[in-house]
Order: sequence, then structure tokens, then C-alpha cells
Amino acid sequence: MTGRGDLDSASSAPLHPAAREVLLAAVDRGYADPRRLHRAGREARLLLDNAREATADALGVRPDEVTFTPSGTHAVHLGLLGLVRGSRRGDVVVHSAVEHSAVRHAVAWGARAAEVSCDRHGRVDVDALAQAALAPEVGVVALQTANHEVATVQPVDELELPDGVPLFTDACASMGRLPLPGGWAAAAGSAHKWGGPAGVGLLLVRKRARWRNPFPGDDRVDERSTGFENVPAVLAAAASLQAVVAERAEAGTRQHELVDVVRRRVAAEVPDVEVVGDPERRLPHLATFSFLYVDGEALVTELDRRGFGIASGSACTASTLTPSHVLEAMGVLTHGNVRLSLQRDTTRADVDAFCDVLPALVAELRARVGM
Amino acid sequence: MSEQPGRPGPRGEPVALELDCREVPCPMPVIELARHLGDVEVGELLAVVARDPAAAVDVPAWCRMKDQEFVGADTAGDGAPRYVVRRLG
Repeated sequence: MTGRGDLDSASSAPLHPAAREVLLAAVDRGYADPRRLHRAGREARLLLDNAREATADALGVRPDEVTFTPSGTHAVHLGLLGLVRGSRRGDVVVHSAVEHSAVRHAVAWGARAAEVSCDRHGRVDVDALAQAALAPEVGVVALQTANHEVATVQPVDELELPDGVPLFTDACASMGRLPLPGGWAAAAGSAHKWGGPAGVGLLLVRKRARWRNPFPGDDRVDERSTGFENVPAVLAAAASLQAVVAERAEAGTRQHELVDVVRRRVAAEVPDVEVVGDPERRLPHLATFSFLYVDGEALVTELDRRGFGIASGSACTASTLTPSHVLEAMGVLTHGNVRLSLQRDTTRADVDAFCDVLPALVAELRARVGM
Repeated sequence: MSEQPGRPGPRGEPVALELDCREVPCPMPVIELARHLGDVEVGELLAVVARDPAAAVDVPAWCRMKDQEFVGADTAGDGAPRYVVRRLG
């Protein structure tokens, strides 16, 4: 059960009601090994195939382009590094400065990086990306569909890459909420961000893409996957994705407007604040701010005490003590940073309640340090 | 925290006041900058020395938000990162 003040769906959304029903039913029906020819095995295989078809249908791709993975992070690693392994040109990955750390870690582990910067909104210049892709030994370009911290949607559809340089797109932040862009050879998603269970990632590999498994293989129903399939979770993830896609015209419009309210109210009612990310071309459900002179950890803690659960990208709240590389690349204030992301049932009253407590709270935290 | 004149700024201009924020985390360097802005005359340079990596982004961002000029980054006498600001108002 979500509290009204749980405004951190971008970190992990609660299970969608549609996924809950399917999960409970599938736990009893989908336990067996889907490779086995006996009755229970055939039942599990049927559920797995259903999940694949429902997912493909929701995303507008072919069922044989869909692979379920143990996490979104693993899907990113597999998708990106598989394209690197399949490349005839080389192992340099041109990627934007605002990619998720899963992309950056994959590149650091198994490729070489060439980073392309972004503007103040975190938006990447596709011409600069395409230009960088012309360099020798560039095997893959990586560009996210939308940024997970600041909501800015990237112009993936406008990207025109040289022949032989495939695109990997990390769609984890947007999958289900926005249609997939075109032009990619491999893509990744993460079920717990759209209201599916955690532990289900989605790897999409286009039929004609040069993708080679970068990790040890296995002998599963799907040759790109490894390990025993979590059939109930995968089926629940697919059911949730279908539901979210069916709801998104209505939910997206409603959430986009609610985020407009939050952005407008915070900018008007709290002095010395930076409203971060593209105001229009953005994810519908996510708003990010940086408050001058405020410690991000203190802000998160105080909001929690008042019943609001939100995330922060400030260094003081991270294990690394370095600021968010996304905020850094954008050149926006990294301290006092908070990210609010709406749940599917968040109302105008909920966002107003957040906006109502914020000005006094920020003032109080500033007063503590004499500001 | 000590406050004293620093060595000249990036273009050889004198730095009227240098704030030692070497050992304090974000957002303290920016808070100190804001507190001491009024200690230098309009047009003069003010610098903050800070090892916290967030200062490299936050000092220029503060200048943009508060309509001050970010002159540039260099190093203090001991090699610690220093960020130089011109008071515009």
C-alpha cells in the first residue's frame, strides 16, 4: 500500500493492481521448468510465451526480439555490450554524459568511452553524437530515451548514425510511460519502474542487429537469457506493462499537468531554487529541483518526517560523496537536490500538500546554517 | 575557517578575499561564499578554496543564480582547488 506522500516511483513503483492478480495466479501455475515436456513444464512454457507476446505487443516489437533478464541493469549490460561484441568497427562507445550509471559501468568494464556533453536541460545534441560516431573504432552509440534524474526526453528519433554503428537505448526511465522511439538496435527496460515486480529486466534486440552474447551463454528457451526463468514475475511484469500502456494517454496527460503544478509552485513559492530539466519535453511523472544553501540529506530526512518520500541526487546523500554526474554534466546546482516522481494514483491534493510544506521547510533548513 | 586575501586570480587580478573551505562538505563552500559576498566591493574578486568535488559545479551555478560572475577555477598556494568570483552587485 502506497502512502499518499510516497513520491519516488522513479526509484521503484509499487506493484500495479493488474500485476498483483496475475502474479498470485502464476505463482501456482508457473513454477516448473519451461523446457520440460511434461504437463507442468508445458504450463510454465505457455505462461512464458504469453508474457513475451504481451510484452512485444505492448511495445510494438516482435516476440522474438524480447528477452527477460534478472534486472534492468543486466539488460543494459547485455544490450550494450552485446552490440559492442557484434561490432565490426571497434569497441568505442559514444555515449551522452547523462547516461545512467549502468551504461557507464558497462562501458568501463567492457569497452572504451567517448562522452558527448548536453545542454543546461540535460538534452543531448544528436548532431554532436552523430559526428562523434564517425570517429575510427566507434562500435556503438548509447543514448537514453529519457533521463532518470531530471526527466528530459532525448531526441532519439532524430539521431542519424553512420552505417554499421548501431544504437543502444536505455529505455528504463520511460518504458511503458512513453512509446519507444525508433532507430535502435538494442534497448533495455526495468519492470519495477513501471509497476511490475523487481527482478525483471527487459532486453530488446532487433531481428537484424549484430548482437553477440558478451557473457557466458546458457541453454534456455531464449538463447539470449541465462539462468532459470522467473515465470510468475515475468508474466506479472508483462501484465503491468500492458495496463500501464493502456492507461498512459490519460495518466501521462494528468501527470504532466501535475508536474507542471509542482514546477510552477516551487519556482514561485521557494526563493533561490533551480527547477531542473526540460520543462516540456520530459517524462510526465518526474520533477527535479535544487535548493540553494540546503543540504540534500537534511531535506530528504525532514520531508520523510512529514510523510513525504522523495529521492535526492546530491552528493551528501550518495555513498560516493561525488555529486550526481547528470547534474554535473548539466552544470546545475548539485546540492539541495530532490527528485519527486508521481505514483499512478497521485492526486492534485497530494502534490499540493507537498508544495504547501516545502517553503517553510526549506526556510527552516536555511535558517539552521544562518541563511 | 580563515579569511584572508589570496594570491592573484586567473588573469593576474588581485583577490580581495579568499575563503578556506578545504575541509567542509557541500553546501558549505557556497554558503560561505554567499555570507562573505558583501565583504568585498562591487567589481572585486572573492575566492573560495574547496576540496569538495561538488564545488566545481556549485560555485558556477551559484554565480548564475545570484547574478555574480564566475571568473574561473585555479589552485590555492597548497594546490587545493580554488574558485574565483567577481562581485557584480
